[in-house]
Amino acid sequence: MKLSLGPLQYFWPRAKTLAFYETMAGQPVDIVYLGETVCSKRRELRLPDWLALGRELKAAGHEVVLSTLTLIEAASELSACKRMVDNGEFPIEAGDLSAVELCRERGLPFVSGPGVNIYNNRALALLRDAGLIRMVAPVELGREHLVSLRAEDEASPEIELLAWGRIPLSYSARCFTARAVGRGKDQCGFECIHYPEGQLVRTREDQPFLNMNGIQVQSGAVQDLSPLVGELDSAGVDVLRLSPGAGDMPAVVARFRGALAGRPVATARDTISGYWQGRPGMD
Amino acid sequence: MSIKLVCPAGSLPALTEAVNNGADAVYLGFRDETNARAFPGLNFSDRDIERALAHARARGCQVYVALNTYPTSDKLSQWYSAVDRAADLGVDALIIAEMAVMDYALRKHPNIRRHLSVQGSATTAAALGFYRECFGISRAVLPRVLAIQQVEHLAERSPVELEVFAFGSLCIMVEGRCQLSSYVTGRSPNLAGVCSPAEFVAWEDTAEGKTARLNGVLIDRFADGEPAGYPVVCKGRYQVDDRTFHALEEPTSLNTLELLPRLAAAGVSAVKIEGRQRSAAYVGTVTRIWRAAIDRLEASPDNFTTEDEWRRELTRLSEGSQVTLGPYQRAWQ
Repeated sequence: MKLSLGPLQYFWPRAKTLAFYETMAGQPVDIVYLGETVCSKRRELRLPDWLALGRELKAAGHEVVLSTLTLIEAASELSACKRMVDNGEFPIEAGDLSAVELCRERGLPFVSGPGVNIYNNRALALLRDAGLIRMVAPVELGREHLVSLRAEDEASPEIELLAWGRIPLSYSARCFTARAVGRGKDQCGFECIHYPEGQLVRTREDQPFLNMNGIQVQSGAVQDLSPLVGELDSAGVDVLRLSPGAGDMPAVVARFRGALAGRPVATARDTISGYWQGRPGMD
Repeated sequence: MSIKLVCPAGSLPALTEAVNNGADAVYLGFRDETNARAFPGLNFSDRDIERALAHARARGCQVYVALNTYPTSDKLSQWYSAVDRAADLGVDALIIAEMAVMDYALRKHPNIRRHLSVQGSATTAAALGFYRECFGISRAVLPRVLAIQQVEHLAERSPVELEVFAFGSLCIMVEGRCQLSSYVTGRSPNLAGVCSPAEFVAWEDTAEGKTARLNGVLIDRFADGEPAGYPVVCKGRYQVDDRTFHALEEPTSLNTLELLPRLAAAGVSAVKIEGRQRSAAYVGTVTRIWRAAIDRLEASPDNFTTEDEWRRELTRLSEGSQVTLGPYQRAWQ
């Protein structure tokens, strides 16, 4: 199985983002996904910056994929998506069906992001015919479902699964981070740049529950499938996605490299893996 | 062409109310997880559906069948059978979310109109073009994420007819891609046709107030006399930093009555009333008001006004007795 670094879900200052990727360039991950997938207002890096970063990462030996926005609402966002699809250098991770269609029309191979709903082997085959080369599984699909996705067809696209990070659970027209300080999205003042891993939402009993990240809601807890890599492998998962966090990402990579090398990995405290086991994601 | 009124029918009495109060079309589901309101006691048996069709047809009302959930590989045949069943009944359109189901309907029953469900999550001309090119859809229901200006812009470019939500419970997350219910209960709108299913809901009176839990997670706690809403994850009260509030959204319903002239002028084909889980009386009242509004708009397109009674009644029927224009209005976002 390969390791990938998923697109950065949070909004970090430009220097922090560039430093992060400089560190990750030296890490043993096979694939790096680059681009803004949550909010089009986040522009510390623009397309030329992402492309420049992509070239550096490619030169360092990584496969590079450009990820598009998950929820496209404005005409300007669709135009930006077209410019990404037409970049001429890197393949696309389609965040939604707009990007799928743009790739399909142009005959370009593409990866589908977790926001593209592929729930069965027939849909997988239909999208393969449209150019799909790899799917990042919808977050709620567990072992049983992924095995049956694989069953029908040996020439199936690759399957990638979120193996480490907070789970993206939903997207809205509304910015929750701005709203929490009494502002609308249009006047957000880039509030989310102050939260390098989003804002924890706790229940009224103080149980950590969800995580607000701009227009996105994530799981409060980190999903960690590192103790389960053997199962993931036998279920036919091809790529394990590690979602960037503000903590020690090289240590996360090392944890997974160790697990892949067959070293036993203990379950980390407060992590979750329910979806994989066919249970609620929060388990 | 006038804007069509599409109304929910979770039961035969609700369907009768919708039809009798002037719906142009009603939408309904079979009694299983092939539709996104798979609640106990709702939806239609074969016998009900035949009576429903007869009643609707006699009054010139169309019938759509919602097959708007996502089958996994092992369940495809169940969804395909549901498509066949709807086709055999001779319904006017299928509302479908998922590609394999759409593809089957296209190949097997090409003459029945296919509408893209809101759960298909298409928000742009490109995404609509995908469904049009690959599966020949005639209409799409738009997710509740676009501002009115964005709806107008899209309506100019859309390759298919558009249907938009007019009134009812407000999903604040882009439909078809919300896993909040799944995260807490393991059962989601996509896979199981339910959001916050009742079997996971527990109410309890405690010293601090009435608590509402979903699979053990405290969604909200209500003081005496405070209206206690059904515990859906996006409308709970939580703590962020040191503040306790409705961190995602308050219990409220969508009401776009005042936008009706703009929607019609933009060329939107149909407005949809949410609420197959609602009572027949609810469906009847909401249908009557929207029918009157559409008829009035048609009679005098340049001079549309709403009645106080309409707004009062719609607000009374809303979640938490509150209504909002929701994402149609930028300030909400």
